[in-house]
Amino acid sequence: MTSPAAGAAARPPDLTVRLGGIVMRNPVMTASGTFGYGPEYAELVDLHQLGAVVVKGISPQPVAGNPPPRTCETPSGLLNAIGLQNPGVEGFLRDYLPFWRACRTPLIVNIWGRTVEEYAAVAARLEAAGGVAGLEVNVSCPNIKEGRALFGADRDMFRRVLAAVRAATRLPMIVKLAPDLSAAADFARLAEECGADALSLINSIPALAIDVETRRPRLGNVTGGLSGPAIRPIAVKLVWDVARAVRLPVVGIGGIAGAADALEFLIAGATAVAVGTANFIDPRVALETVGGIRDYLARHRLANVAELTGSLRA
Amino acid sequence: MYLEDASVVEHRDVPGGYRLLVLCAPRIASAVRPGQFVHLRIPHFQHALLRRPFSVFRADGDRLALLYKAVGEGTRALRDARAGEPVSLIGPLGRGFPAPAPGRFPLLVAGGYGMAALYLLARALPVRGLAFVGGRGAEDILCVEEFEQLGWTVAVATEDGTRGRRGLVTGPLDEWLATRAADCLPEAYACGPHAMLRAVAERARAGNWPAWLSMDRHMGCGVGACLTCVQKITAADGTWEWARVCREGPVFESRQVVWEAEP
Repeated sequence: MTSPAAGAAARPPDLTVRLGGIVMRNPVMTASGTFGYGPEYAELVDLHQLGAVVVKGISPQPVAGNPPPRTCETPSGLLNAIGLQNPGVEGFLRDYLPFWRACRTPLIVNIWGRTVEEYAAVAARLEAAGGVAGLEVNVSCPNIKEGRALFGADRDMFRRVLAAVRAATRLPMIVKLAPDLSAAADFARLAEECGADALSLINSIPALAIDVETRRPRLGNVTGGLSGPAIRPIAVKLVWDVARAVRLPVVGIGGIAGAADALEFLIAGATAVAVGTANFIDPRVALETVGGIRDYLARHRLANVAELTGSLRA
Repeated sequence: MYLEDASVVEHRDVPGGYRLLVLCAPRIASAVRPGQFVHLRIPHFQHALLRRPFSVFRADGDRLALLYKAVGEGTRALRDARAGEPVSLIGPLGRGFPAPAPGRFPLLVAGGYGMAALYLLARALPVRGLAFVGGRGAEDILCVEEFEQLGWTVAVATEDGTRGRRGLVTGPLDEWLATRAADCLPEAYACGPHAMLRAVAERARAGNWPAWLSMDRHMGCGVGACLTCVQKITAADGTWEWARVCREGPVFESRQVVWEAEP
């Protein structure tokens, strides 16, 4: 007769995580801006096997975004300045929400606005529409002038945006933080005080690439945000900083291209992770990451993925 | 749309400094329509992240042939792919060329290896017409014999005069447009440099005939998610809107396109 402990170890590991009220079948999500609005990858990826999908940033009104070129490759990185092009909240509800009604995977909508009131309006509208599991509040986009500079770096504006969204909706509120190397933990605590249910980090890192022959910037917007494997160690460190500063669950984002990368974030303190730029190269990377985490847990005889969170031996 | 692990069947130089890459990709090869493209992950290319889009030259059975020139880091790295190597493909992608309206006389207009991207169309069209092909010199002119074997009449122009007429491809095109019978209504299909596409669009507008242009843009995901490859097109209300070249394109009708300086 086997002992209860041995029986437990033989069971498949439990990958379920809870993110401020959102129950996810596994800790792997897609990062906003890298997975469209859902249908784009549906022919290639079984969306039902993802922990959650975070769709591209939605604002109250449609937004045209920045002039091309909008992306360029840098060593192990991707520099982008799309400029939050989106169909507006009504366009999103009309064109994409029906698609999600048939999908059981939690839909998390990244939201932003040009004013405090716009953030609150889009949050309220999405809750009223139904079918949205949570909101990711983007106060950290490097590519619009109202983004990081106005809402993500000024403590007063940061607090006002989060308070307004909190007052506008009871949906779980995930606050997406900028890669602020010196103050990420401060903003994390501020978000916690403002009623955030979870934090996600990092957004892309402000960056510039130049064509030296023409002396022109390689992006139409001049500067952009850097993502991809190049930024991963920076992101892991910031997740480690933030996870120790707050009690909120943290979503680790930054250059994840497989299970080994995702595990770094979990061990550093993340409850869940989001795969971003790597979706563009291998659309199935998020699902492979789920499988790799499951294998790791089995190999290390861990019954639950939560046992990994914050388990860094430092 | 499939994500398919293809394998290299053949990879060799062809005249003019081009490379012919033949892949075994049964699902994509049987599904691809003229004007669609594949998004290819270049093997042994770790420095840069993104896939690279390639128009399809030929598709026969389970074989897919791509014709390319090593012009950038990605295509230079692709040169080294060997027979038997696996290559990850996403495809077929995008909206290709539509069939011509009944009674229309098809014109193909190609610059350089744009000719290769029109081959599937040349084979599929129900009517044979005229193909105009241009390049800097004789070495840029591809596939003339293949098009003639399919029953197309091919007019060649080179800027240095080393093959066919000296000058741009618009030279023989304009001459034909000026001398065609009044009841001959063309419908054009074009693939080539931005300036050539724009020149075709101007003639289509002046003559009030349709022209389908395969637009080339720096591309990211290839499936419509990243919004890198946007092209201004005319909106229903007369203003402009972005279209994704990878999803709503790469083929656009010439009157849809809002022309700007090349990005």
